[in-house]
Amino acid sequence: MSVTDIQTPSEPRDRSTFSRWLSMLWADKLAFFAALFLLVVVLCALVGPLLFGDLATRQNLRGRNAPPFDLSNGWAYVLGADALGRPLLLRIIVAAQNTMMVAAGAVLCSAVIGSGLGLVAGYSRKRAAQWIMRLGDVIMSFPSLLLAVIVLYMLEPSVANIIIVLAITRIPVYLRTTRAEVLEIRERMFVQAARVMGASDRRIVFRHILPVVLPTLVTIATLDFAFVMLAESSLSFLGIGIQAPEITWGLMVSQGRQYLTTAWWLSFWPGLAIILTTLSLNLLSNWLRIALDPAQRWRLEMRGRRNG
Amino acid sequence: MAEHLLEVRDLSVEFHTAAGTVKAVQNVSWHLDRGETLAILGESGSGKSVSASAVMNLIDMPPGRITSGRVLLNGRDMLAMTAEERRRINGARIAMIFQDPLAHLNPVYTVGWQIAEMVTTHGGAARDAQARALELLGRVGIPDPQAAMGRYPHQFSGGQRQRLMIAMALAMKPDILIADEPTTALDVTVQAQVLALLEELQQETGMGLLLITHDLGVVAEIADRVVVMNNGQIVETGLAAEVYRNPQHPYTRKLIDAAPGKGQMPQARDRSGAPLLRAENLHKHYGAFHALKGVGLTIMPGETVAVVGESGSGKSTLARAILRLDDPDSGSILYRGQDLMTMTPRQIFGLRRDLQMVFQDPTQSLNPRMTVFQLISEAWVIHRDILPKAQWKARVAELLVKVGLRPEHAARYPHQFSGGQRQRIAIARALAMEPKLIVCDEAVSALDVSIQAQVIALLDGLRREFGLSYLFIAHDLPVVRDFADRVIVMKSGQIVDEGPVREIFEAPGHPYTRALLAASLDPDPEVQAARRQARASQEERIPA
Repeated sequence: MSVTDIQTPSEPRDRSTFSRWLSMLWADKLAFFAALFLLVVVLCALVGPLLFGDLATRQNLRGRNAPPFDLSNGWAYVLGADALGRPLLLRIIVAAQNTMMVAAGAVLCSAVIGSGLGLVAGYSRKRAAQWIMRLGDVIMSFPSLLLAVIVLYMLEPSVANIIIVLAITRIPVYLRTTRAEVLEIRERMFVQAARVMGASDRRIVFRHILPVVLPTLVTIATLDFAFVMLAESSLSFLGIGIQAPEITWGLMVSQGRQYLTTAWWLSFWPGLAIILTTLSLNLLSNWLRIALDPAQRWRLEMRGRRNG
Repeated sequence: MAEHLLEVRDLSVEFHTAAGTVKAVQNVSWHLDRGETLAILGESGSGKSVSASAVMNLIDMPPGRITSGRVLLNGRDMLAMTAEERRRINGARIAMIFQDPLAHLNPVYTVGWQIAEMVTTHGGAARDAQARALELLGRVGIPDPQAAMGRYPHQFSGGQRQRLMIAMALAMKPDILIADEPTTALDVTVQAQVLALLEELQQETGMGLLLITHDLGVVAEIADRVVVMNNGQIVETGLAAEVYRNPQHPYTRKLIDAAPGKGQMPQARDRSGAPLLRAENLHKHYGAFHALKGVGLTIMPGETVAVVGESGSGKSTLARAILRLDDPDSGSILYRGQDLMTMTPRQIFGLRRDLQMVFQDPTQSLNPRMTVFQLISEAWVIHRDILPKAQWKARVAELLVKVGLRPEHAARYPHQFSGGQRQRIAIARALAMEPKLIVCDEAVSALDVSIQAQVIALLDGLRREFGLSYLFIAHDLPVVRDFADRVIVMKSGQIVDEGPVREIFEAPGHPYTRALLAASLDPDPEVQAARRQARASQEERIPA
């Protein structure tokens, strides 16, 4: 019995599902541009290192801390250059890969593990639920940076290890939220109705409880995205995160800090990239929450029709 | 023309919602005099509460907007007053009580403090306020008022909380008391007491009482005049007895006809043969609370058994035990001779097909994120052998038609339906299992009277068509009168009375059944007047 067993009967609709979702996205202009921006970021992450990998690491000592908006050195230097004369624009594009990998990996891992454990802890009344909650308490009582320092000191500071460390420290957030919501939803009448029909526990959890919790989890995950990016940069700052010559946006921000008074652009542009990415994710998750809720969806469908 | 105590003239209110402008009430006019009880009668969505909200300045503006009309208190237009003036009137001259007293009492303060606060906010001295609060608690019939002053709202029962609300409302000796569905959340016996208290207090103080209700019985019991509302408009107004005897408007006629307890009672049926379900000696404890004390019942094939009791009587616990949602502590439940209590989970799973349930509140019992098609076809996803997948669509359409909906409703979500339609969806979902027995746990209590009658008629028709049996849980006797074959009356975890429906209604054996029957309100004002008289003479004979 899988989750996708039930399908909505395909109604005679003049538009396909894809174009319906697209028009709902267009109805919320902010979310539309947020999605566009994220698409660009993902593209950068995928092809950036292949295209500009060499250019981004080539030093140009004559162009050290070159100011932005000066096209005399070519288009690559439009956002200026860093302390070793490397073009900032290309470095941001190339760094997108590592940044996205660490942030998305850590958020995805912690969200899946955390909410999975939360569902178990909330739904079953067995002793395992108690153990899961105490485990969450243990993780929470540990300063997350300290934990990261210890683990990364013992292990190799690689992208994979950083993802693991960051994921572990963020698990309790999802664990506790999911458990609290499940405890409430479990007592709702429609869950009782499913039990009367003879639905299995798995079906109740995945078909009836999870879809109700999901919007909350998505919202937390997008907020966490920004947190993880900054946490990764502080690890890099301490020298146990991503190691040069690898780059991430967080690392670029911390490298530019000593030049803040003389060359603000070193930290500003990667910082802006972080802000725009998290902002876009927030806008998009807000739209998703409405689009996924059948009782709220008309807001998007209406607006699309009225304003065109 | 004489000046009325409170008069609403040509009031129109509209609300701006995302779906467009909704005209909540249109050109509504009524008046209330001293010592009089006016009832505004209407079903949900009729706009019956809106004019009272306008009087109390409770309409949020925006999204609400009063487009026309005046609200005159002793001839002065309240809508033209400043906010400060209106605040001085609210609570002091016009007071209000609500349906759910627990939601309107602050849980972190003692009730004595809250009643006294009413006095102090309107400029009374703290010591006088305490004395007044004590006096009021005694007046509304709270036992041991001195001790009650220091207690918190959760320490009182539902009926007592409504008494507390009344005490708060009366603190400033208002000229007008507005009661918005004051007894809807209460048990019938408690309802009768609260209404009697309201009437007594009105005679004592001479205040005008504005009662907002959906219940014809409440109107018959207490109202002098009645205003019937439908779709934001007044359809009929007049003396309560007059309107009941001689309704002019078709809507009023429909409302009066829909009131339960007027049809033919079914004949007692032959109960020989093998029972469908037999429960014996069920016990259930929740901590120290003994919810079921050795309860047993028998349901024959094709029979409707009603279990009636007030809140806390154990009737829902009994239903949940029979469906094995909450296992009883001891006792046996035999379904066609097999014991449910000793069954393995696999056997229970097979049994789920035969035993289905329809819940009280369809808003909560339907998953808001599933379409009607998904809701109904879930039965066949869980029980694979009922129907091959190719036939699901046709069968859903068929079931929807059967419960009075349309096949194209299958693609919609529950929130796009009204309360009565949602309950029909829930019934269709239960029918999808092709069950033998449906347990209806207060399945019609949350619905409007006219919808209630339709849903009961639907259930009765389905019973005849499919040969179903029902276990029908209700808190009110008249609802089950036209529908049930047998009635079981429960009180504090025990069955106090049981028998064919005629016997229970025409010759009730147990005093509690008699009390329940006496407390339930008849929609006919003359019947109610006669009952009141009988009660009064009884009280004279037996001094309390």
